[in-house]
Amino acid sequence: MFNKERWDEILEALNANKFRTFLTAFGVFWGIAILVLLLALTNGLQKGVVSSFGNFAANSSFVYVRGTTIPYKGLPKNRRFDLDLDDVEAIKQQIPEIKYVSPQNRLGGYMGANNVTRGSETGAFQVEAHVPDIINQNPMDILQGRFINESDLTEKRKVCVIGTGVEKSLYKKGEEIIGSYLKINGVNFMVIGIFKYSKSRGDQQEEVNTIVTPFTTFGQVFNFGDKVGWMAITAYDDVNITSLKPRILNVLKTRHTVNPDDDAAFGYHDISEDYARVNGLFAILTFVGYFVGSLILMSGIIGISNIMLIVVKERTKEIGIRRALGATPFVVKAQILQESLILTIMSGMVGISFAAGIIWLMNYLLDLSGPVDNFSNPSVSMGVVFTALIILVVSGILAGLIPANSATKMKPVDALRIE
Amino acid sequence: MIQIKDLHKSYHMGSNSLHVLKGINFNVKEGEMVSIMGSSGSGKSTLLNIIGILDEADSGSYVLDGVPIKNLNEKVAANYRNKFLGFIFQSFNLINYKSALDNVAMPLYYQGIKRKERIEKAEYYLEKVGLTPWLNHLPSELSGGQKQRVAIARALASNPKVLLADEPTGALDSKTSQEVMELIQGINDEGKTILMVTHEHDIAQMTKRIVHLKDGVIIDDSPVQQVRASVYV
Repeated sequence: MFNKERWDEILEALNANKFRTFLTAFGVFWGIAILVLLLALTNGLQKGVVSSFGNFAANSSFVYVRGTTIPYKGLPKNRRFDLDLDDVEAIKQQIPEIKYVSPQNRLGGYMGANNVTRGSETGAFQVEAHVPDIINQNPMDILQGRFINESDLTEKRKVCVIGTGVEKSLYKKGEEIIGSYLKINGVNFMVIGIFKYSKSRGDQQEEVNTIVTPFTTFGQVFNFGDKVGWMAITAYDDVNITSLKPRILNVLKTRHTVNPDDDAAFGYHDISEDYARVNGLFAILTFVGYFVGSLILMSGIIGISNIMLIVVKERTKEIGIRRALGATPFVVKAQILQESLILTIMSGMVGISFAAGIIWLMNYLLDLSGPVDNFSNPSVSMGVVFTALIILVVSGILAGLIPANSATKMKPVDALRIE
Repeated sequence: MIQIKDLHKSYHMGSNSLHVLKGINFNVKEGEMVSIMGSSGSGKSTLLNIIGILDEADSGSYVLDGVPIKNLNEKVAANYRNKFLGFIFQSFNLINYKSALDNVAMPLYYQGIKRKERIEKAEYYLEKVGLTPWLNHLPSELSGGQKQRVAIARALASNPKVLLADEPTGALDSKTSQEVMELIQGINDEGKTILMVTHEHDIAQMTKRIVHLKDGVIIDDSPVQQVRASVYV
């Protein structure tokens, strides 16, 4: 369809009135740039919100006790009870679709800070009890040493893995960390590793100012015994954790004599539901991005079509001359269509490049300023760029179709008479 | 070369109709140089447009170089225009954003000839009309006479069988008109068939045969010598 000769013809015609060509192209340039930017911003917002969920595997839920709300088998309502390690085993055994169940505890509750000392250095950090599986559910990068393992658990070793914030607060630069001791609430723990969470959650403080101890050691040292504060449960990838909720709760209700209808006795936080909700919201936002962007683009396309109509009208005589010299209607139509197509694609490509530049700039500024709440790494996929290109090609053809048809409707003799 | 029999053409504007050509009969032999004269509205340009396949007659027959020109689709018509006919217009009809060279090369573009060959041919014809120094000039940079020379070169570029000229000197002063007519005469001397519409008697005198049209009818069709005689008698 394209050869150099035709290119020259088309570029010559477009160059004949540069300012008009520029104005014509601007509508599409602007439309596609807005479309790509809207999608990139939606994407950045989505990534920001999703990253605020933290590091945790999406197909996971947390279970903890809130207290019964319905009396059952002679037991009153508002009864508190504790989860324990047997519950963990029961869930693992009765629900084979579950991949990991990690019991957890924390000193002083959520965001609680505990006095930790090392020699003359003191700091307030969050002390947590975990099992080794937690690293598969809440990925961590081990920067030095190792993470807790099964032997630490079975032998109830007084070891801990510290976050990077703890390291910065309690150690001087260059100091040997692995093998050193910390005092947590007066009990000595040997540091066996340094970690950071693989994905930032935004609230960096909490992530790095954490000390992880073996679950069994924590229970013995801090008098928690087998008690489990809460459990992190992750299902296999082919099973949605949401679908397992009734079975998980039933296991716990049976074991703790809770009314089968008393779901409120347990706190149950389903991360996959959060993801689904947010993804649903962002699917709508992406649709709105496409819709609004397409409307803006469409106004650009109508602009091109409109100006191409004027161009064709202005060039009626030229078209008459060309036809007198032997141009067939197909050649004339093809030229108008190609002019429109090239104008649309070229301006669209510049629009996409411009939007890419803005996106790059946003990412650059975000890198400079550090993470911000609910917004991260705005970008568009190649799929979006290809979709935009397809929209441009279709638009270019549509924009040129009516003018191209009108260009050949007139008889050559009538076209030649137009001044 | 051209045979026209009982050609009729009317224009319709709403409920009104204007019968412009009322049974035209005439032939043009290969190598002839014929002028069609007549007052405004006599139908001379309409006749030339029909011969140029820019317009179509309502009835009658028109044969160009042995090919009946009737009910052609636009693709075939464009092809015939390109191969058989060269046009010279009163208002030159050059494309103003193309150089003289590119204007002349244009009919060859529609023949699918490669650019190098097109340019060579266009240069040859521009040289023939004495415009070699103005090859790369835009029409706006040329005088009226130069523009018409470019148009003549363009008409010749595809080596058509017939050259059709519609008031070729209508927009030129008398001296330039004379020069352009001498150029056209020279082309005819080389054997090219030329059909020219004019309302200027002295321009028509430079052809070999004059066809007089009045109200859509040929009232006289004579060699120039006889016309000259009838004028002076």
